[in-house]
Amino acid sequence: MQATRDFSHYVKDAGPGLRHIDLAVEGVSCAGCMSKIERGLSAIPDVTLARVNLTDRRVALEWKQGTLDPARFIDRLAELGYKAYPFETASAEAAEAEQSRFLLRCLGVAAFATMNVMMLSVPVWSGSDMIPEQRDFFHWLSALIALPAAAYAGQPFFRSAFRALRTGNVNMDVPISIGVILALAMSVAETVNHAEHTYFDAAIMLLTFLLVGRYLDQSMRRRTRAVAGNLAALKAETATKFVGADEISQVPVAAILPGDIVLLRPGERCAVDGTVIEGRSEIDQSLITGETLYVTAGQGTAVYAGSLNISGTLRVRVSAASEGTLLAEITRLLDNALQARSRYVRLADRASRLYAPVVHATALMTMLGWVLMGASWHDAIVTGVAVLIITCPCALGLAIPTVQTVASGAMFRAGVLLNSGDSIERLAEVDCVIFDKTGTLTLPDLEVVNAAGIPADVFGLAGQLALASHHPVAAAVAQASGAKSPLAGATEVPGQGVQAMFGETEVRLGRPSFCGAEQLANDSAHLDPEASLVAFSLGEAKYVFSVRQGLRPDARAAIAALQKRNIRVEILSGDREPAVQAAARALGVSEWRAGVTPADKIARIEELKSRGHRVMMVGDGLNDAPSLAAAHVSMSPISAAHLSQATADLVFLGKPLAPVVAAIDYGRKALLLMRQNLWLAVGYNFLAVPIAISGVVTPLIAAAAMSGSSVLVMLNALRARRVANGGA
Amino acid sequence: MEVMVILVPLALGLGLVGLLGFLWSLKSGQYDDLEGAAWRAIADDEPAPETPPD
Repeated sequence: MQATRDFSHYVKDAGPGLRHIDLAVEGVSCAGCMSKIERGLSAIPDVTLARVNLTDRRVALEWKQGTLDPARFIDRLAELGYKAYPFETASAEAAEAEQSRFLLRCLGVAAFATMNVMMLSVPVWSGSDMIPEQRDFFHWLSALIALPAAAYAGQPFFRSAFRALRTGNVNMDVPISIGVILALAMSVAETVNHAEHTYFDAAIMLLTFLLVGRYLDQSMRRRTRAVAGNLAALKAETATKFVGADEISQVPVAAILPGDIVLLRPGERCAVDGTVIEGRSEIDQSLITGETLYVTAGQGTAVYAGSLNISGTLRVRVSAASEGTLLAEITRLLDNALQARSRYVRLADRASRLYAPVVHATALMTMLGWVLMGASWHDAIVTGVAVLIITCPCALGLAIPTVQTVASGAMFRAGVLLNSGDSIERLAEVDCVIFDKTGTLTLPDLEVVNAAGIPADVFGLAGQLALASHHPVAAAVAQASGAKSPLAGATEVPGQGVQAMFGETEVRLGRPSFCGAEQLANDSAHLDPEASLVAFSLGEAKYVFSVRQGLRPDARAAIAALQKRNIRVEILSGDREPAVQAAARALGVSEWRAGVTPADKIARIEELKSRGHRVMMVGDGLNDAPSLAAAHVSMSPISAAHLSQATADLVFLGKPLAPVVAAIDYGRKALLLMRQNLWLAVGYNFLAVPIAISGVVTPLIAAAAMSGSSVLVMLNALRARRVANGGA
Repeated sequence: MEVMVILVPLALGLGLVGLLGFLWSLKSGQYDDLEGAAWRAIADDEPAPETPPD
């Protein structure tokens, strides 16, 4: 049975006779990769377009409809040294990209309007010898530019303010909208009255600066979405589906329907939920339950997406996602946790809740004050509006998005991807980290623990033999030995092991009973009850390899680094007590619990929360998903189960655990800078507001103050790039 | 001062041309990959195909 690869699900029409496919590519990081890939793919006949997007790590391909098979592109990329996967844009991502383009369009309109209005304003400010008719003419021209531009570019703010007001709330966009509209209205009135000062330039410049902040915020969100989309594609979610009685095809999981029958070979990870209808095997469910011992699967056993098939071939009938009892339970817990997730009030919203009433009260008081002091209503209103303009939250609107953008870029380089924008702030407040053990503190790959006790030549030979087997434990032995070429003539005895002839001697690798090494295996099992054992016999000589999931290489250092930051560390695992105890002892963690259920994990998080702790949950299993949602902030490794990764606020890449520490460091630094920026904005208002209240503000002062404070805030945000000790 | 009759429309016209250019570049996807664009500017591939032999 030879599987064919079916990519038709991803291929789209791109005009007459043209086909289009998007591929997510792993490892594209520089300009060199970009031109190498583009040249390599363009060399295939019939390809009309091959363009790399370095920001999103994707390749767009178009070719003339005909015989060309999209699988060819993937093979070509593999030859060039890149792993590529077909990719489907999620609707959420498309919406983010569209919003991002809309903001950029608004920003363009606002920026061009600002420049042109400025061009007209500068002569008015500097030209003391200008005749009044000329000044009026320039003001009218400014109005002609600023009014339509503001109507267009102000949409993001006006809409959001309207939405907030309709539900009886106030957000930052309400004072912005009021400020801009009043400034424009007053300026029109002043122009009609042939007055000296108008504020068209201030109003439109304000929109420009705020749109910069909005766009940065949006582009961070868009990049996060794009990365998440790539991750989903890079996990190569395909399943081997039966398309005929004996014919199989490799199809994307999205194209699999309940009732389909899929083939699950040894060493493959199951991509669907279903029930075994044929075959016997052992399956590793550690990604689902955290339990590292294998489970026997036979006819009628329920298997879940993420299970690893160990020894035999299985046929699985796909069930609808919610049928499984375990999954249903986890989904229920997850829904509860998501609902209960107290709506975290972001720093920006907290600032705007304080800000709006203060500013509007100040403006009103100024106006009334001037009337009481005998000024005309006209002058009083002009001064009041000037206060609104000068306090308009230009710097405030930039204070947080700029820091978030810079910090998320720095985190991205440290191997941490953000799923949600406000997680940076929540990250900074963490004072307790709960780790899951299996797959989080340990690596999902198996490693040989007693490699040092086995002669190198024997190890090499065992590795060569192991290459003939699909069994994950054998694969771990092969990996650890560094063997490259399989032993010739090796045959696999299903469920037992592999054997071959090495010169005159028979070599065997597999179950201890298969190699006649029960005695030795018993001794090893005594020493290390957690490990899986695989025996190797070279004629009469017997060896036993202990294979188990190893701790992440820097787990101890990372935990020590957390403890040094006065962060409480706990381990909550679904695995058995001895395994958890051993890991906790090796890592120097005194608080640990074993055999906990998803509900227990949530209960523990709630307990810590009620004691005032801000809990960060780091986990990868399906059983961790509800607790990831329940925690203040959550993180999962890239190897995590789907649901967990989608629930977590952050995802970290690679083998080390250091990104967890780095993320907290960057989060703390970012929050510090956000606060600093807010105080800078407040400080600016302290200087500017008295001038505005006293009624001596000119449009020139307003423009200078506004741009000055904005630039200051942006420059300060750049400091989020670095943390004191490089995240270590 | 008659020169203003030419200069002001000219200045506004230039601004408008700039804006239209920006909107066109946005629509044609030139802002979709800013990181890649930064590198493309200095990539020295695609040698001129019609270089003379000597």
